[in-house]
Amino acid sequence: MIEVKHIKKRFEDTIVIDDVSSVMKAGQCNLIIGTSGSGKTVLMKCIVGLIEPDSGEVLFGGESFTKMNRFERTEIRKQIGMLFQGSALFDSLTVEENVMFPLNMFTTWNYKQKMERVNEVLDRVNLKDTNKKFPSELSGGMKKRVGIARAIVLNPKYLFCDEPNSGLDPQTALVIDQLIKEITLEFNITTVVNTHDMNSVMEIGNYILYLYQGKKEWEGNNKEIIFSKNKLLNEFIFASEFLKDAKEMRMLEETGKIPNDRNIDDMIGPTNLPKGGA
Amino acid sequence: MIKGMFSKPENAKMYWKEFIHQCSEIGIGSLGIVVIISVFMGAVSTVQTAYQLVSPFIPLSVIAQVVRDTVILEFAPTLVCIVLAGVVGSKIASELGNMRVSEQIDALEIMGINTKTYLVLPKIIAALVVIPMLVIIAGVVGIWGGRLAGSMTGILSVSIFDQGLLEAFLPYNVIFALYKAYTFAFIISSVPAYFGYYVKGGALEIGRASTKAVVISCILILFADYILAALLL
Repeated sequence: MIEVKHIKKRFEDTIVIDDVSSVMKAGQCNLIIGTSGSGKTVLMKCIVGLIEPDSGEVLFGGESFTKMNRFERTEIRKQIGMLFQGSALFDSLTVEENVMFPLNMFTTWNYKQKMERVNEVLDRVNLKDTNKKFPSELSGGMKKRVGIARAIVLNPKYLFCDEPNSGLDPQTALVIDQLIKEITLEFNITTVVNTHDMNSVMEIGNYILYLYQGKKEWEGNNKEIIFSKNKLLNEFIFASEFLKDAKEMRMLEETGKIPNDRNIDDMIGPTNLPKGGA
Repeated sequence: MIKGMFSKPENAKMYWKEFIHQCSEIGIGSLGIVVIISVFMGAVSTVQTAYQLVSPFIPLSVIAQVVRDTVILEFAPTLVCIVLAGVVGSKIASELGNMRVSEQIDALEIMGINTKTYLVLPKIIAALVVIPMLVIIAGVVGIWGGRLAGSMTGILSVSIFDQGLLEAFLPYNVIFALYKAYTFAFIISSVPAYFGYYVKGGALEIGRASTKAVVISCILILFADYILAALLL
């Protein structure tokens, strides 16, 4: 479990994170959502310690990460895996070497043991025959999957994903979402995902924290978000007519009634809706 | 940054591997340009010294002495290190800058690796080991270039050149050249590492950081050159 308590962060005159508190549970996909510039990435970097918050506290499993010295933080960081927005693979290393890097650094395993683990995690993210390829030879989706493989190779307790679907087509984005969801459940990881992709929100959002201009505006899960009366949240989620229709279809499915006087014939047919949500 | 570099390595074997890799990158990677520059600077020294020493009362072997001391005291350490500031310095700054911008440094930090120790320290130590070697090679090759130019142009024979090389030789000059080499090696590796490590922005900023690193390294090398000469000669 990760607890975030009253985090504040300011860059010069701009308040980027303003008194945000949250509890992110183990074995769940915890989503931080919000518009671009709402402070999602800064909050995530504050949680993992890449950016020092001005005030507030972050607790990993009840231990205050913020108050730890560098050596204590290193021990916690060995339990953290992170998928970066641009994947952040090491350009000069092959896929195999990228995934093996944390094993080389932190284990005393022999080469055979390390290779077995590398192949195991690459297999888990559905990457085969790519061991000897360099990151420049991979597609965006494959890079993300290598990033996930590298993040989970040491069996982390916490997985952070910064916009895992950015730059991916909707189909590949769904594959990545599913993978994150499966890995979270399979290894009982506390997963934190930054996203503004509504498919991800509906697919994997066990817990959702909505940030608006650096403040916590709403929190709940992917069931509650449909029925939220929060104006800012609704403006963000249901930005398009398609999504508004999808929301109303979902409400119809869930409650048997549409919350306004719209004609159902004007709305999209349920068969056109993606499985699981808007 | 220097203070943050000194911490216990997470895995000594990986740090050693990185150190050897950097030795190869800095040393082997720069050897070609160092040899080419050295040959020509020695050759030009011989020709120009002969052009200036026109008195019949000055023995020709003096040309070899002048070439030897010029190459050992100034050309091999300073000129070669200025070139290395461009070759090695820009490479270090752009490599670290690219790693910063593409979040590779953040990825290492998240793994619990002290990135200053893992990425910067091996570069500085490798430079301190390899650049003095390159300076020694530059000195030897430079003098050989002067000898070759002397015999090819007919200015002085090989035997007179060799005789001149042994006359009034001060071993301290070599020590002084090494003092310079170590000082410049530190500048060449640490200044670009600083600019690369702390780069902010994108590709344009990496280029700017790289240029800035090379310019500042060159200025610091020339400044240190003067200070060392004033203090130690």
